[in-house]
Amino acid sequence: MSMIQDDRIEAVSALPGPSLAGVEDFLALLKPRVMSLVVMTALTGLVVAPTGEHPVVAAISLLCIAVGAGASGALNMWWDADIDAVMARTAGRPVPSGRVTPGEALAFGMTLSVGSVLMLGLAANWLAAGLLAFTIAFYVVVYTMWLKRSTPQNIVIGGLAGAMPPMVAWAAQTGSVSFESAVLVALIFMWTPPHFWALALVKSEDYARAGVPMLPVVAGQDETRRQILLYSLALAPLGVAPALVGLGGWPYLAVSVAGGVEFVRRALVVYRVREGAPARKAAMGLFGFSILYLFALFLLLLAEKLAGVAPLTGPVAGWL
Amino acid sequence: MAADDDRRDAGLVLTEEQKRRRRARNLAIAGALFGLVVLFYLLTVFKMGGNVANRPL
Repeated sequence: MSMIQDDRIEAVSALPGPSLAGVEDFLALLKPRVMSLVVMTALTGLVVAPTGEHPVVAAISLLCIAVGAGASGALNMWWDADIDAVMARTAGRPVPSGRVTPGEALAFGMTLSVGSVLMLGLAANWLAAGLLAFTIAFYVVVYTMWLKRSTPQNIVIGGLAGAMPPMVAWAAQTGSVSFESAVLVALIFMWTPPHFWALALVKSEDYARAGVPMLPVVAGQDETRRQILLYSLALAPLGVAPALVGLGGWPYLAVSVAGGVEFVRRALVVYRVREGAPARKAAMGLFGFSILYLFALFLLLLAEKLAGVAPLTGPVAGWL
Repeated sequence: MAADDDRRDAGLVLTEEQKRRRRARNLAIAGALFGLVVLFYLLTVFKMGGNVANRPL
């Protein structure tokens, strides 16, 4: 056999085989559970904004924000396949399990990123599209590529990406950003560290094996518990803030106060109970409650607006 | 060498499972393209609103 034929056979052998990916694998790349939280918070931003586009246009904007969030999830899985492969929680994801090739994940994520930003620009306005592009870029480049592997503050700073959807939605509806939308962003931003660190307390061995410098790995469990408590203390008043800036009514005020107290109580339990199964139970309890807390607050803002409950007009709301 | 020759002559032969997955992917792409057509149609209609009727004749 000639040299050229040998090379051809080598080339054929080196070609990637037929794709094994099913439609469900591409859907998994979008991180549907994260996407559901984005849809919830963005929908609230759309509805509570004072002026608005036609509901059909608003629905298209929401779809664009959801797809943009999914696209950043796909790009995250493309970049982090090496980390995902050694963590029990993520080893079954499409790329590390080999069902989707890295190239497929990259192409899928980039196509949806560009498509969702352009579509949002056409459907709503270019400020909203720019904010969505910033959100995707921040999550993929700043968080995934840079912070996640280099600092225990990764999810604190990177949390900004997950906090942005209400502001993107607000911008899509009004063509501007406002103090009210910034309050919603701040609420999610402050919620992110205790939420993820509660999970990281339980999964710290996984993160250590993957070489991800999560706070419990770098600073230890005790410091993480202290930080969770501090962030929870900052979060509780921020949870009430939407009622003070004219977004929420009395029901929201009541639930946000009660929810904030319960959040801090659970953070205190996590701080005090440090050994064995009760400690794991406390951490997972806080993790689960944190999801319920955020969903409940945004759902309540949404429900109040749809039901016509008047927002509070106190001294703070009036001053702002 | 004989196995390599056979492989080259036969080209890529997909298994039934691979064919099924490819078909599902193709249908999903077709659905997404159709969805985009509907999306752009709706967007055009609702962005224009009543402005078509209001234009000077």
